[in-house]
Amino acid sequence: MKSQPQKLPQIASPKASDPASTNDIRVRHLTWMILARALDDRMCKLKAQNLVPGSVFTGRGQEAYSAAGGMCLRPGDVFAPLIRDQAGRLAFGETIIDVVRTCMGKRTSSMRGRDGNIHRGNLDIGLLPMISHLGAMVSVVAGMLMARRFKGQLVGNDLTVGMASIGDGGMNAGALHEALNLAAVEKLPFVLLVANNQVAYSTFNDRTFACRDLVDRAVGYGVCGHSCDGTDATACLTTVSDAVARVRRGEGPQMVVATLLRLAGHGLHDPAEYVTPELKSRFGDCIQLDSNTLKVQGILTDADIERIWDDARTRIAAAVEQAMHEPDPDPAQEDWTAYSERDLKKVRS
Amino acid sequence: MTLAYLEAIRLALGESLDEDPRVFVYGQDVAGAFGGAFKVTKGIAERYKDRVLNAPISEDAMAGVAIGAALEGMRPVLEYQFADFATIAFNQFVNHAGTMFWRTGRSCPIVARLPVGGTPGGGPFHSQMPETWLSNHPGLVVVAPATVADAYFMLKDAIACQDPVMYCEHKYLYYHLKAEFDKTRAEHLPLGSAAVRRPGDDCTLISYSGMVHECLRAAEILDRDHGIDCEVIDLRCIRPLDTETILTSVCRTGRVVVATESWPFGGVAAEVLALVSSEAFSHLDAPPRRLCALDVPVPFHPDLFAAHHPDAERIAEAVLETMAF
Ligand SMILES: Cc1ncc(C[n+]2csc(CCOP(=O)(O)OP(=O)(O)O)c2C)c(N)n1
Repeated sequence: MKSQPQKLPQIASPKASDPASTNDIRVRHLTWMILARALDDRMCKLKAQNLVPGSVFTGRGQEAYSAAGGMCLRPGDVFAPLIRDQAGRLAFGETIIDVVRTCMGKRTSSMRGRDGNIHRGNLDIGLLPMISHLGAMVSVVAGMLMARRFKGQLVGNDLTVGMASIGDGGMNAGALHEALNLAAVEKLPFVLLVANNQVAYSTFNDRTFACRDLVDRAVGYGVCGHSCDGTDATACLTTVSDAVARVRRGEGPQMVVATLLRLAGHGLHDPAEYVTPELKSRFGDCIQLDSNTLKVQGILTDADIERIWDDARTRIAAAVEQAMHEPDPDPAQEDWTAYSERDLKKVRS
Repeated sequence: MTLAYLEAIRLALGESLDEDPRVFVYGQDVAGAFGGAFKVTKGIAERYKDRVLNAPISEDAMAGVAIGAALEGMRPVLEYQFADFATIAFNQFVNHAGTMFWRTGRSCPIVARLPVGGTPGGGPFHSQMPETWLSNHPGLVVVAPATVADAYFMLKDAIACQDPVMYCEHKYLYYHLKAEFDKTRAEHLPLGSAAVRRPGDDCTLISYSGMVHECLRAAEILDRDHGIDCEVIDLRCIRPLDTETILTSVCRTGRVVVATESWPFGGVAAEVLALVSSEAFSHLDAPPRRLCALDVPVPFHPDLFAAHHPDAERIAEAVLETMAF
């Protein structure tokens, strides 16, 4: 369980002319989506069992879009996910065991119990551990890309990519505005994935922005804008991979806006009674929709899909079983310093 | 050679760019022949066109860029045009840079140069002392050089430091403070240590940044007019605080006055007095005193400004009262 062979081969392009390879990519996409959904569901259960401190935030309904983001990245790229990105995180290389450990606050987790749930990350693979403050991660991704430029690593037409997520609510944070403008000024190889899930906690679009569509903002930043239906898995793959391909070629920052609906409360604590049945009726569930499409097109059978779910649940169960027996952090053993310099007096230029 | 405080900062910055390809400077108007609002990067910006870069007016994003670049192995030095505008970057400093090591085990070696302190006519938004609110959060090193040698060495050490350093440089000292400086002979004090700028036996005077010079003047007045021998301590480094130097001095003199240019509530002076009261209580011969700026925004008119913060005369008065207790 320690090192899971989760990392599937990189997608070339879902537009690839060979339909077999395209189908393969679509199946892998659905597989990530299902793994993320099953993992989110299991974390909710663990919370109900009182094994998870804090709340649980899920990416229910956003898996198609998020997984497309993660799948379009490669080792060496940088990804700054947010709270609805379980699918993208997994597709980028996060391990199931680390998700479970971090949610449980285990000493063995990447955050060692010092931070938890969605704030996890793994800097060794370029997966940034988000701070809560919406918009704050974008400039950090920009800084990482600028560092690579300083080091002479951003040359050619197959560039490293930095990707960050944001929601319709986070799009209105000052930090986001500063950072996106800066990324555009520096012409960085950066993709912003905007998930417009209609609602920021309980506040709907009409109280958070006044422009016609968030993608209209792209041109104002000097960024290339793209839109897709976030409930349509193929559209997500096609649109995000096109944006990422442009970035790799050196065309500068891209913004993709997906339209979808958050299919759960803000967190597990939130029954989201403010989401009306009328609104719900306008959006499907990307996993159900994609499963149906793949069946109708003869690419997967019911049994295949059942196997994907079973496999996901089995792997998650094994991770939970393992994490359950791992140690919690011990206040007596903790190294209670926020400084990395052990003795500042020894620092010498 | 005679060097102004600002020239010492420029020298340290230029040498850091010379010596270390990981160093870059990022800030508003720092690039090209212009060389920054206060001209700190003048001359060096032209030598390092690709490592001294202008930033948009985006103080938060500048800090984010530095954090990201530091994670990738660079040594960013940010120039904030005025420390007052670093309020915009507060989030990235305290919540991101300051938490990075604790949360992830990764160091976040950024330096933010913050031009602090008041000058006549500066007014409420070009005069502030941010060290108090920066110091309250764990994970940041906060330094405030008061001498030409410190301006030079502390900046170089800040760049060498693995932790995020808030380097508070006093605008009044930029050109007003000049000293003979030979880096091969000057005393290179380490970060994290306070300095005794004037030894004395009767009363300990504690301050940092520009206020050190008012304390030194007060000590002269007290010596000349009253025969009172003050020990003047320059904290140099607010976080971490050199508690040993403070306590050693106060235990010996039994009297302490702390003077700061920043506001009183929950400030650095309050921290020093809390330390002294709890750790050196039995050695005290008089109540510890603090003199801070008045608890209103920094005023614009030079007369109001002069009355707003402690000066040598007011510090000397406070020492006399402490001595008379
Ligand atoms: C700067 C900031 N303000 C407030 C919050 C609290 N908060 C967390 S998520 C959230 C809603 C975010 O909405 P949106 O960006 O649309 O993302 P979604 O939750 O819908 O995925 C809020 C208000 C925060 N994390 N950061």
